[in-house]
Amino acid sequence: MTYRNPPTTPRKSATFDDYTLSEIRRAAATGIYDIRGAGAKRKLPHFDDLLFLGASISRYPLEGYRERCDTSVVLGSRHAKKPIELKIPITVAGMSFGSLSGPAKEALGRGATLSGTSTTTGDGGMTEEERGHSKTLVYQYLPSRYGMNLRDLRRADAIEVVVGQGAKPGGGGMLLGQKISDRVAEMRTLPKGIDQRSASRHPDWTGPDDLEIKILELREITDWEKPIYVKVGGARPYYDTALAVKAGADVVVVDGMQGGTAATQEVFIENVGQPTLACIRPAVQALQDLGMHRKVQLIVSGGIRNGADVAKALALGVDAVSIGTAALVALGDNDPRWEAEYNELGTTAGAYDDWHEGRDPAGITTQDPELMKRVDPVAAGRRLANYLKVMTLEAQTIARACGKNSLHNLEPEDLVALTIEAAAMAGVPLAGTNWIPGKNNF
Amino acid sequence: MPATSKATRDQGHARVFDLDVMSLRELNQALHDLAPGSNQTAWEVLNPKGNHSVAVGVDLPVTIDVRGSVGYYCGGMNSGSTITVHGSAGPGVGENMMSGSIIIKGDASQYAGATGKGGLLVIEGNASSRCGISMKGIDIVVHGNIGHMSAFMAQSGNLVVLGDAGDALGDSIYEARLFVRGKVDSLGADCIAKEMRPEHLELLQGLLDRAGVTDVKPSEFKRYGSARTLYNFNIDNADAY
Repeated sequence: MTYRNPPTTPRKSATFDDYTLSEIRRAAATGIYDIRGAGAKRKLPHFDDLLFLGASISRYPLEGYRERCDTSVVLGSRHAKKPIELKIPITVAGMSFGSLSGPAKEALGRGATLSGTSTTTGDGGMTEEERGHSKTLVYQYLPSRYGMNLRDLRRADAIEVVVGQGAKPGGGGMLLGQKISDRVAEMRTLPKGIDQRSASRHPDWTGPDDLEIKILELREITDWEKPIYVKVGGARPYYDTALAVKAGADVVVVDGMQGGTAATQEVFIENVGQPTLACIRPAVQALQDLGMHRKVQLIVSGGIRNGADVAKALALGVDAVSIGTAALVALGDNDPRWEAEYNELGTTAGAYDDWHEGRDPAGITTQDPELMKRVDPVAAGRRLANYLKVMTLEAQTIARACGKNSLHNLEPEDLVALTIEAAAMAGVPLAGTNWIPGKNNF
Repeated sequence: MPATSKATRDQGHARVFDLDVMSLRELNQALHDLAPGSNQTAWEVLNPKGNHSVAVGVDLPVTIDVRGSVGYYCGGMNSGSTITVHGSAGPGVGENMMSGSIIIKGDASQYAGATGKGGLLVIEGNASSRCGISMKGIDIVVHGNIGHMSAFMAQSGNLVVLGDAGDALGDSIYEARLFVRGKVDSLGADCIAKEMRPEHLELLQGLLDRAGVTDVKPSEFKRYGSARTLYNFNIDNADAY
């Protein structure tokens, strides 16, 4: 009788997993790195790693649906003659026309206005779709200055100087030629069909001292009426927040690495920056150290999904959050109704991220006239408004349970962490202990 | 605008604004408050003394004479006015200009005319580095020399240099046209010397005329522009990035 050794079960490498292998094959075949949209997809420490304590004896809860829990927020109270007042502390982040279709921009404006909040333009200029339907519109001042002009600057309700973005701190952008319609080409002053590189840095200033002078110029142009936001990628949140304050910002926006982008290198999205959770406390600490907490407002973005995320961010000291990817999903992006078409593109609903290719079956991240028709701006706007209101109700529910009559009264004491990592990043105790890693000589 | 201030007075036909007495804010607000059709079409700014953001965001066809040197961003986003600086200008003069004219009688610092969309910027002295960076339709005429990395990522418009240009001229340039009369230290990625055809000679003559240059011929210039090899990403061009 022949004896055969029992075969070992085939085992795939954890390091060279299926995705990694496929990426090596793809790179070898195409000779170019993978470009995609959206934010980091790897698992990162996040708001899910925090829990609220709620009230029992030591704290006194408020009655749900009965006792008022304020949600409003004022942004830009430091210098601007006309600060922004929003009904909810959730704003819609900058997403460019060019990356998004006109109907999608209109839907964002409609949804935000219905729910009492603001939208933000993005890299590509201001469109009538968005200005016309956004009661409150933040106009981004970006390194590319595509479509930037004096009259739109004055039509804005606030100006956001974009220094960095969470998905790619230090990186520029690339809008591939296939998405350049006649209208996009005209707005960007570039020929149709060529790749459009967005610069990684502003062309006419180099550091924080220059930024201060640039902000002065923008204030002078707009007669000191409009709040000036400064947006940074979540890389060095303590120092970047402090320098933005020093430069005169009314509002600082910190965008963590779960923040989305229209298109950049996969390797960049997944390997540069810090998780949103890790960015908040250093940014708040910078404001507190400067005596500017609640005087210069802080907006945090990057992976905000529900009312619990909103409440947790506010409890850690931010004044408002901003959503991008979630807003696109609310409009209908990655919806399973288009599954067959996602399959044809080699992907599946929920994973589609080749926004730069302009073939979005949902009609949102495209300039294809036929695909764009799939977005009904009124219905999609209603969906976004519903979603924003649900998030707000969820946050209020948690806040009332913690005994707060305003979302802004949530505080770090209301939170514990499930993991040591989250406890250290958020500066709250590990659940069941009074241990905050990195504090009290631990 | 306190109309009764001693700092403002009629001097000839011009409205005079003395920044030793009044603030920059008052100057800019007065310029922004002008209504279309106003007869206050001539302005004179005294004692600018390096102030930043002088006459930014003007949106009417008025003339503004600045008597002295200015700091950053003079004439920023200018839309229609004619601004003459009788001195030198700091960084970012005429940044994102939409239309109109800015004339600098002295030198200009970095980023002159950055991202400008239209209009004419004339620098009668020298300009520093990154002149015309990311220009998007503006015309710039420099009587003297320009520094390194000028016209970086320039998209459209015309840059005319009567003197010399520094290193990496026109790096990553798109459709802007560059005309240089003197030597160029080096060309940036994708920027090449191009044939000067009759239409370019005609265009250049028009620019020289508008800039008040009378003693120089278009035939003395070389034209530079994009080789257009980097317009669509190709990994085989990676060493150019």
